[in-house]
Amino acid sequence: MTQLILEQALNGLQFGLMLFLIAAGLTLVFGIMDMIHLSHGSLYMGGAYLGAAAAQASGSFLVGLSAAVLGMAVIGVLLETAVLRHFYRRDHLAQVLATFALILISNDLVRMIWGPQPLLLNPPEALAGPIELFGFSYPAYRLLIIAVGLGIALALYWLIGHTRAGMWVRAGAANRAMAEALGVDVRRLFTGLFALGAALAALAGVLLGPLLAVQVGMGENILILAFVVIVIGGIGSIRGALVGSLLVGIVDTLGRALLPTLLRAVAPADVASQLGPALASIAIYLLMAGVLFWRPAGLFPARA
Amino acid sequence: MSRKIPFEPLLWGAALAMPWLLDSLGEAYYIGFATRVLIFALAATSLNFVVGYGGLVAFGHAAFFGLGAYVVALAMQAGLSSAWLAWPLAMALAALTAFAIGLVSLRTRGVYFIMITLAFAQMIYYTVVSFKLAGGEDGLPLAQRSTLAPFDLAEDATLYWVALGLLAASLYGLKRLAASRFGHALAGVRQNPLRMEALGYPVRALQLACFVIGAAVAGLAGALLANQNGMASPAMLYWTQSGLLLVMVILGGVGHRYGGLFGAAALLGLEEALALFTEHSHLYVGLALLAVISFAPAGLAGLAGKRRRG
Repeated sequence: MTQLILEQALNGLQFGLMLFLIAAGLTLVFGIMDMIHLSHGSLYMGGAYLGAAAAQASGSFLVGLSAAVLGMAVIGVLLETAVLRHFYRRDHLAQVLATFALILISNDLVRMIWGPQPLLLNPPEALAGPIELFGFSYPAYRLLIIAVGLGIALALYWLIGHTRAGMWVRAGAANRAMAEALGVDVRRLFTGLFALGAALAALAGVLLGPLLAVQVGMGENILILAFVVIVIGGIGSIRGALVGSLLVGIVDTLGRALLPTLLRAVAPADVASQLGPALASIAIYLLMAGVLFWRPAGLFPARA
Repeated sequence: MSRKIPFEPLLWGAALAMPWLLDSLGEAYYIGFATRVLIFALAATSLNFVVGYGGLVAFGHAAFFGLGAYVVALAMQAGLSSAWLAWPLAMALAALTAFAIGLVSLRTRGVYFIMITLAFAQMIYYTVVSFKLAGGEDGLPLAQRSTLAPFDLAEDATLYWVALGLLAASLYGLKRLAASRFGHALAGVRQNPLRMEALGYPVRALQLACFVIGAAVAGLAGALLANQNGMASPAMLYWTQSGLLLVMVILGGVGHRYGGLFGAAALLGLEEALALFTEHSHLYVGLALLAVISFAPAGLAGLAGKRRRG
């Protein structure tokens, strides 16, 4: 039992860190530009597809990963300057419509280029097997994901907390008008940020590719989870996104693994077998509703 | 629309004659499509009441839409096929759910309100999908259409006219509601909640009432769609459905009486027409939406004329 819990906790950590890669970019888009960006999930999907295609063509996972990250950063810049920039000053409804349209467009573009069948993405061969860890075996590839996720989280912490650009970002999130008045070029800063967000989403897409299916619609599922994360953490806060991601990743994974078993101890088997999965899948939404109820601005509000 | 053209009678006359027209053209297949447009128009109109009149950007309307469908399907499974009972039940459950959700959600505003309504709708989606009784991922088929004596809903044209009648009744009802004391108070809340609060209006109760009314009508639309599709499916509850309804409202015209109808007709019509030519109709639909929102910020109704909030 403890082994199961430990293994699932590691899985939760791994999933949470991947969510963080997606949520980090999204929370800054929300926080600084006050923009509802529904197509962030499409950047994640685009990254996974680019990565899978490049990995298949070159036979190397690492080439696929680099192609996806660089490719999506470029696409992110193009998207921001050509389309999204024009919607920052519009109301939330216009942003919902525009970015929903982008989802429709990107889903069909992917279908046009790669067809309706899911793509296969294999983990690098050296990491395909399990590793002995504290007396139980755990997939090496998942460990790599955890390591990369932790590394990126540290790098972002340094970037946002200890560099000049990061200071501008924090200033923009706290009070954009004031930051602009003090001479921060929020427009240019934001194009850069958007590229970074797109690259991180692509990185998550490629890393999760071998574990989840690379298929059309993958972005829609993960997008809502990312929303839950940034609302729990507080819109515009990177630290909030990290805490929120880990909370959501661990609650979701542990809930799915343990709730059905736990319920079986207190309720009849047939009730437990239906109620367990239902409770497990709504657990994170309950968490979010609870946070919003008691802390309406999230756990780490960024707004000054 | 200029004053000389009797726009509304023409619209309703054409809608009323649609089944005969399609039948005589030998295109009876499109009666089902036209019914779908009317049903989505009803759902979008109900959302437009919440967004355009109440000023509440709700991103979870699919929950009420889908619940309406599931109530009809579950009632049918339990042996209750009468629309006179099942449809009001669908509306009541949607309204009750909206009451509970609204009670919590209306404590937040802005982006947070959008997100919390989205979260609640996803909760309902996952709850319904997890229950075997409701058919899980496969959805729940209807053994037959609801019975609505003295009408025979098994006839496609009858279902069309019933949907048309309900849409007309809802549009009329919402128009009267907007013109009532409640409607004026709601308009005040939309424009300046703080001032209305200071004037002694129960702001949150007004918003909650608006949210619940919109949900009830969405439940009715869901009940109709279950009949049209012959099933209640999880896709009706998923967040992309909420997004689609919201897109219809914005496309048609937020706060315009016919915004929901225009939006539903334009979006579904475009999709259907493009599907004749290309497999990738969504690509062009998306581009069209981007064009509309860039060049016609007030939606299609705004293009047609300046008759706002009529």
